[in-house]
Amino acid sequence: MQDSVKPDGITPSQTVGPFFKYGLTPTGDYAWNDAFTSSTLTPDVTGDRIRIEGRVFDGAGVAVPDCMLEIWQADAQGRFADPQDKRALPNASFRGFARCGTDKDGNYAFETIKPGAVPDPDGKPQAPHILLAVFGRGMLRHLYTRIYFSDEAGNSADPVLALVPADRRATLTAVREAGKPVYRLDLRLQGDDETVFFDV
Amino acid sequence: MAGEEFAMTFIYPVDSNKAHPLPLSPDYKSSIKRAPNKPLIPMRHTLSELTGPVYGHETVREGDNDLTTQHAGEPIGERIIVHGHVRDEDGRGVPNSLVEIWQANSCGRYVHVRDQHPAPLDPNFTGAGRTVSDASGYYRFVTIKPGAYPWGNHHNAWRPAHIHLSVFGYSFVTRLVTQMYFPNDPLFPFDPIFNSVPDEKARARMVSSFDLENTKPEWALCYRFDIVLRGKNATPMENH
Repeated sequence: MQDSVKPDGITPSQTVGPFFKYGLTPTGDYAWNDAFTSSTLTPDVTGDRIRIEGRVFDGAGVAVPDCMLEIWQADAQGRFADPQDKRALPNASFRGFARCGTDKDGNYAFETIKPGAVPDPDGKPQAPHILLAVFGRGMLRHLYTRIYFSDEAGNSADPVLALVPADRRATLTAVREAGKPVYRLDLRLQGDDETVFFDV
Repeated sequence: MAGEEFAMTFIYPVDSNKAHPLPLSPDYKSSIKRAPNKPLIPMRHTLSELTGPVYGHETVREGDNDLTTQHAGEPIGERIIVHGHVRDEDGRGVPNSLVEIWQANSCGRYVHVRDQHPAPLDPNFTGAGRTVSDASGYYRFVTIKPGAYPWGNHHNAWRPAHIHLSVFGYSFVTRLVTQMYFPNDPLFPFDPIFNSVPDEKARARMVSSFDLENTKPEWALCYRFDIVLRGKNATPMENH
């Protein structure tokens, strides 16, 4: 039986390359259907509907037109749509996952809901956050970061933000636009204002 | 652990990531301005990292795993079967995992609008497919063997033939995008993307093996490719 073979390690990552769009984010431009969209919204989802948008830049400050971004998040009550989270609601249609590609000017945008607080390994609440994975040509492995929200008082007590030097926390904090349910966060893959990426 | 509401049986050792390329691999020119300069910040996994998107059969249509039947006619090229198991680090099959693939056609040309390599497009081949691993972790595609193609990284640079794969697994930190190569490709020593993986044994895990036993007579050669994702049992066998 094949299952008895213990592998000598995991399969290494390779870049998503420049040509993933027709397979992973066709969005009507190719003869292939989308498994995912840039929205996590479903008709029955509760919570505050928000848009998160921004641009992706490389180390020379040039917009990155061929990134793929994926988000993973809890629902408004802080539950994940994964049976491994025993608090998950089995009948809810909210999945908590979305994917998009950047456009020619490096723009991305997600439509989603504001997640609730999720416990850390000690059971203490983390501030509301979304996990973000960044894939692209030139990136041999995707990078993990987090999106926090500028209008959350819990940020100051968040155990993960506490690991980040204070002067870099802004790279993880999406800023609410006045009067609109829209948050902005630019990503910088390299340089002085480089986005904080996590070793997870 | 976060309490009894969360009964996770898997751990994801950060050490396993040593198999991956470093972000900066200067021979791969595109990595120079896109790799972070600052070290990644280590952190404990929380529920957010330990859970992950669950997508199953509703995501995949009948026939999505056969890239040779998506158009009016059959694509040109060498028909092949690519199959194997999605596994965890202990070797157990990972069931119900979405596997997405995309690739060049038999001439080494991608349907992507930005690929201007002067090789023909094939009106009967898009080059995209997806499937879900079964209860034992098994997956299977039917496709056309992709061609090698030139790229601008350095003088006379050619990518070895490969199929791109995207796999989910049990958690957001098992997410894997990789490339499957074909055995004994003469381009291996010259490819900076393949060689961005520092360990020779790890590189070998990106190379499929020819599978005569599952080759279909009079129809298609078969290649086997196991995809090993992060994830170990939280209580290792040696402790039992």
